[in-house]
Amino acid sequence: MQSLSNRAKKLEKKPMTLAERAYLPAIFQGLTITMRHFYRAATKKQVTIRYPEETRPFSPVFRGLHVLKRDEQGRERCTACGLCAVACPAEAITMVAGERKKGEQNLYREEKYAVSYEINMLRCIFCGLCEEACPKAAVYLQADKMAPPRYERDEFIYGKDRLVEPVSPDNRSKRGIQLTSEQADKLRGQATPA
Amino acid sequence: MPLETLGWQGLVILVIFGVSLLIATYCTYAERVIAAFLQDRVGPDRAGPWGLAQPLADAVKLFTKEEFFPSGANKALFIFGPCLAMITALMSSAVIPFGSFLKFGDTVVHLQGIEINVGMLYVFGIVSLGVYGIMIGGWASNNKFSLLGAIRAASQNISYELAMGLALIAVLMMSGSLSLRDITLQQSVPGEWHFWNVVKQPLGFLIFIVCAFAETNRTPFDLPECETELVGGYHTEYSSMKMGLYLFAEYINVFVASAVMSVIYFGGFNFPFQYELQGWLHTAQGLSLDAAQNIVAILGVVSVFAKIFAFIFFFMWVRWTLPRFRYDQLMRLGWTILIPLAIFNILLTGGLITTGIIPEIKSWWLLS
Repeated sequence: MQSLSNRAKKLEKKPMTLAERAYLPAIFQGLTITMRHFYRAATKKQVTIRYPEETRPFSPVFRGLHVLKRDEQGRERCTACGLCAVACPAEAITMVAGERKKGEQNLYREEKYAVSYEINMLRCIFCGLCEEACPKAAVYLQADKMAPPRYERDEFIYGKDRLVEPVSPDNRSKRGIQLTSEQADKLRGQATPA
Repeated sequence: MPLETLGWQGLVILVIFGVSLLIATYCTYAERVIAAFLQDRVGPDRAGPWGLAQPLADAVKLFTKEEFFPSGANKALFIFGPCLAMITALMSSAVIPFGSFLKFGDTVVHLQGIEINVGMLYVFGIVSLGVYGIMIGGWASNNKFSLLGAIRAASQNISYELAMGLALIAVLMMSGSLSLRDITLQQSVPGEWHFWNVVKQPLGFLIFIVCAFAETNRTPFDLPECETELVGGYHTEYSSMKMGLYLFAEYINVFVASAVMSVIYFGGFNFPFQYELQGWLHTAQGLSLDAAQNIVAILGVVSVFAKIFAFIFFFMWVRWTLPRFRYDQLMRLGWTILIPLAIFNILLTGGLITTGIIPEIKSWWLLS
């Protein structure tokens, strides 16, 4: 049969030469190849990442676990406008809005705030649309954290206790509006009673 | 033999016993690490630093697993099989000289379990007994695959023992002695430029090492446990530590085969310039003759173990490089290539000895 491309390689079935029949040259060839691999594995850096001790670096644009940001005075930025929940294609976000009482000015940035704010990590598809929808720069998907596996479905519903970032300027998330060093110093001065 | 010497030799035998077990234990670890490195992986590294406690973890696992007996198995023989494999593997290292001798005052301790003038025959006898462990285990399992594996092991060992023995006869023609200590000492004569047997018997060594691979059931000749055809071969039905004993016996056999090759072909405990070193220690460093002898003997032990480890590494290196032979290829290689080659080697050696190119070795320490 005529081949279509005429590029098929012609194979000639020649009887084996003495060197081929003696196996030994081929064996030594194979041994040098494996020894090269051995040398590489033993002397140079291995490609394996030993997971619990070493982790692979995330991409800077990775979209991982959400964070609710605080402002430069440690107040929550979220005003419970609900735009993130509207934008969410997986309907993973629910929230309950509340009115700020007197004396809570140091807790919430604006007069309206989220009494509860929950993201179901089993529903979330980590598309980042909530981040784009947020007018107050309050919700971000972090590039260095993932939602870890858990045993119960309930545990995947993240409330404010697990979403809001800490007040301390040293433990803030790397995403979103960052504090200047003066703001951070001022916040530190407030946190530690003099 | 005085009672005190007997005690010393008993101690030496115990040490050899322990060392063979230890080496077999760490062979399992070495095998996995070497395999990993040859395949660009990292190997076991979780148990202890660099995974060095891995053999212990494996042992705990094997000991705590279920002891399983297949229905219809001959229970006594089923237990006896792995025991026999282990016993024969451990017995053969008794006659191998791991060093010359240590001298403390009047006490002379030979670093060898027992010195018998038929050492080589002893090793051969025990090694060929080793296949009975596999045979009995495979037969007692009451399983077709086990039986096939056992039959393969037996026929393979018989075929390759022939070529192995013929390769050794060429060495015996030169040495004129079956004692492994004599063969070792002949490979190094004080004040003379002397070569190890591998230089005089390259073809014989090649045949011997190929047969050693077949005798220890290592790849490329591991047909008795050929997974693709026989599930697990002769140890298909084995579990827990009985399985462990078979695996252990294989590694001890590798160790013994490496030791025998080091002794017969690579000068055993000899190392280059040992007599010069001994003389230098005595004259230039002012050590007593005994102390100089002891230092050189200890270095000799180091040298023989270095050779053994090199061979063990080679065994593993080959295992992770070559694919398995087909059974007919194995038989053809054994009967139509290796045995005629070995006979040719005998004729060649005989010719070279009669023409005087290879001098027949005089046992210098017997003459003096």
